[in-house]
Parts: sequence; structure tokens; C-alpha cells
Amino acid sequence: MKNIRYLEDVSTLVFNKDKCVGCSLCTVVCPHQVFEMNDGKAVIVDLDGCMECGACVNNCPVNAIEVNPGVG
Amino acid sequence: MFQEYDEKKVKSTTINPEELKPSGMKSEGVTILPSMNGVSQACISDSGSLKPINEKDDSFEKYAKPGYVLSHFVNRFMDTDAGQIPVVKTEMMLKDMLATVGARAGITRNNYRVIPGLYAAGEPDENSEVLVTANFKLTFDILRKNLKKLNVWILVLDTVGVNVWCAAGKGTFSTRELVRRVESSGLDKVVKHRRIILPQLSATGISARDVKKMSGFSVIYGPVRAQDIQAFLENGKKADPDMRQVTFTFAERLILTPVELNIALKYVLITAVALLVISGIGPGIFSLKSAGERGWISIVFLLTGLLSGAVVTPAFLPLLPFKEFAAKGMISGSLFALCAMFLSSASSLGISAMIALFLFGTSISSFLAMNFTGSTPFTSPSGVEKEMKQFIPIQAGAVALSLVLWIYSAF
Repeated sequence: MKNIRYLEDVSTLVFNKDKCVGCSLCTVVCPHQVFEMNDGKAVIVDLDGCMECGACVNNCPVNAIEVNPGVG
Repeated sequence: MFQEYDEKKVKSTTINPEELKPSGMKSEGVTILPSMNGVSQACISDSGSLKPINEKDDSFEKYAKPGYVLSHFVNRFMDTDAGQIPVVKTEMMLKDMLATVGARAGITRNNYRVIPGLYAAGEPDENSEVLVTANFKLTFDILRKNLKKLNVWILVLDTVGVNVWCAAGKGTFSTRELVRRVESSGLDKVVKHRRIILPQLSATGISARDVKKMSGFSVIYGPVRAQDIQAFLENGKKADPDMRQVTFTFAERLILTPVELNIALKYVLITAVALLVISGIGPGIFSLKSAGERGWISIVFLLTGLLSGAVVTPAFLPLLPFKEFAAKGMISGSLFALCAMFLSSASSLGISAMIALFLFGTSISSFLAMNFTGSTPFTSPSGVEKEMKQFIPIQAGAVALSLVLWIYSAF
């Protein structure tokens, strides 16, 4: 997927690192490897890869992730 | 990808009579004889007596119910503490393949379903894994043909005939449906463990934590693709990074184009009729001859726009410049329009007609290419919204200008 990219700087993905408990489920469910684990917490490594599918938001146990696309 | 969803088709949570039947059966409108396909097939045998079709198990006759016919993909039935469970074939039959072509072409796609509930593949027991899937028959087929050497349970959710990812995005492959289906299928009586394997892409509609809380079953997210399930299970239910990543290869893009064409077809036909009418406008108010001659040329450009926007742009997506699909469609559409210009008699119509045709073909291609953003696994809704705000005015303006020039060129 690295050779097909969509628009940059449009994703509404917001991640609150302070809330993260390091369960790593976001790195499992994301279809575009937007997250990686670093020092026991998730970090966003590819924001422009995000397609706002919401898989990470639904599965984060501490609601540390938000995504708000206007249309769907 | 979300365009497959049809809001009218989404049912409320009232019980559908189909659900009261054991999965693997379907009812026929009229049944004269309370017999099953399986039994009548057995009658053709040499001895003429009723013989079980599958020696391994009891005859289908045991499971026959008046008014029901056996689904062709069911091999036999298994008796469990939760009742009779159909065991599916892991080989595709000609019938499945033909129906796959129909669904891929968009002809039978909207009502191509299997009955939700619990199925088996191979010889599963109380320790076997449970794979959850959607009741779109294409999805179900892709799963079962990848289970050849496995002994697993398959829990089919009611996603109103929509694939896993789209159903998850639109809320039918949901925590609620999963919990309800776990309960109604009696899964807790069939397996001793309390874990279910979900396709990774269903995560958009599922909260693993809530499923655990409400059903007692732990969710394990499996690979994106059914073809990786065997490797995933052999690997101790761990997915390699590749299994977690969505792809969008040339073949994956190309296979979506028949549906794109099918969806566009109705609008193309309406536009073609409108083009014939508009092309008849001229010095004599309206001329049938002109409608035919000029209308025909304009339809050629409509078709090049269709081919460019709905087939060529999707197929060659990464090779076309720009990130906006509408811009990619413009590039491809303008090349196609130029080719059509040289190959048709358009050049004899004068410069304003030529500009009109070029703008028209390019705009159609741009619009249809933009429409393809709804079928990909990587476009964000925010990006699509931005692109539409930017390009719809350009496309509409170009078509309006093209219309004016086209009518002007007739005088």
C-alpha cells in the first residue's frame, strides 16, 4: 500500500498519549499500520496513511483515540 | 467500498423468519412434495433404492424438513448440543463460480446471501476455533474455500448480504449482532473454550471489550485475508505484518470495475438520450439528421469518458499522476478524448465542437474516477470530501461550457 497514497494532512485522527495504556490493540486492528508501539505506548507513525475507518477508536480500551470524518 | 450499502435493505432487529430455520437450508416458495434435493438425487442410483449420499454420515433424509431444500454448499450435517450444524464443502462448484461472476458484474450482488448461523468445516470438536464472517455469499465462499485442511466452526453474522469491511463500516457487522448471534447459535454449548476469531477488517464495527463483557467470548483479530487463516492458526494465532496490511493490487482494482460500469450504466443511458436530443438543436430548430450524426459523435466521447473513468483510471491508479482521483481521471480522460478526436470525424465539426467534446469526455472521466474513491481500501472520508469540494465545481463548469460550445457549434 506504500505505493498508493491518498491526500495528505486531511485525516482527523487524534491520539492522546497520556491516556494510552499500551495494550497495542490499535496496532493490530489498523489496516494501514498507522500506529506503532514505542516504550510501552502507541505512537502515530503514518498519519497520512489513516483512512478514518475507526477500527482503533472502537477497540481502544481507554478511549485514547478519536476520529471525526465529516461524511461517511 | 462503502457504496455497496443499501440503506433500504437494512432490517430492524425483529426476527426474520429465515433465522428460525437451521442454517444451511433455504425455503422454496411452493413445495409440492416434502422431499429434499439430496433424496431425489439418491433415487437416481443404480439400485434405485434410497442410499445415503455421504457414507461418513447419516443420510440427508434424517434432516429433511417439509418445505426446505438443501443448500448446495452443504456436505452433510453434524449433531451437536446446539442442534444440527451443516458442514460446508470447501470446494467451489460450477454453480458458485457462475454466481460469483454474476455478483462481480453487479447483477446479483445485492441479494447474494447465505443464512446466518453456525456452520462447520472439516471435523470440528469442542476445542476447535470459531471463525466469524459476514453473510455475503462471495465472502462466505472465499472463507470456506480457504478452510480445506482445517477443522473449524464458522459463525455467519447477518450483515444483510454485505462484505465484512463495508458491513463493519455501516454497522451491520456489529458488536450487537455478534453477541446476538453467539447466543442464538448456542455457541457456548458447541465449544468448551470462550474465544472467537474475527476478520481484522471487522474491527471497524466491533468493540472487542464490549463483546467480552456481553457474551463472555474473547475476540481475537485474525488476518485481513481468508487465505492467511491457515498460516495464522499454525502460527499460534499470530498474524505476520503482511497479514495485517490491506493491499490494492492491479487485480484487486480491476475486479471492481464491472460493478463501477454497472452502476454508471443507467446514468450513461440517460445521458446518451439527452445527447441525441441536444445534438439535434441547430439552425432549423431541431434536425433528426443532425441528432443522429452529431449525437453519435458525442456518445463516442461519453463512452471514452466511461471507459477512462470507470475502468482505466481504477486499473492504472498508481501510475497516473496526482493524488486526487478526479485529477487522475482528468489526465486519463483527456488522453482518451484526444485519441477519440483523431479516430472519429470530430475534427470536421470545427474548433468549438472539438473543444466541447474534449471538455465533455474529460469531465465524465474525472467524475467517474472520483466516484471510485468509494470503492478503495485507503481513501479517507475527509480526503474525499476535500476532493469533491474542489473538483465538482470544475467538472460541472466544464460540462456547462461544453454544452454551450456544442450547441453554438451547430449554428
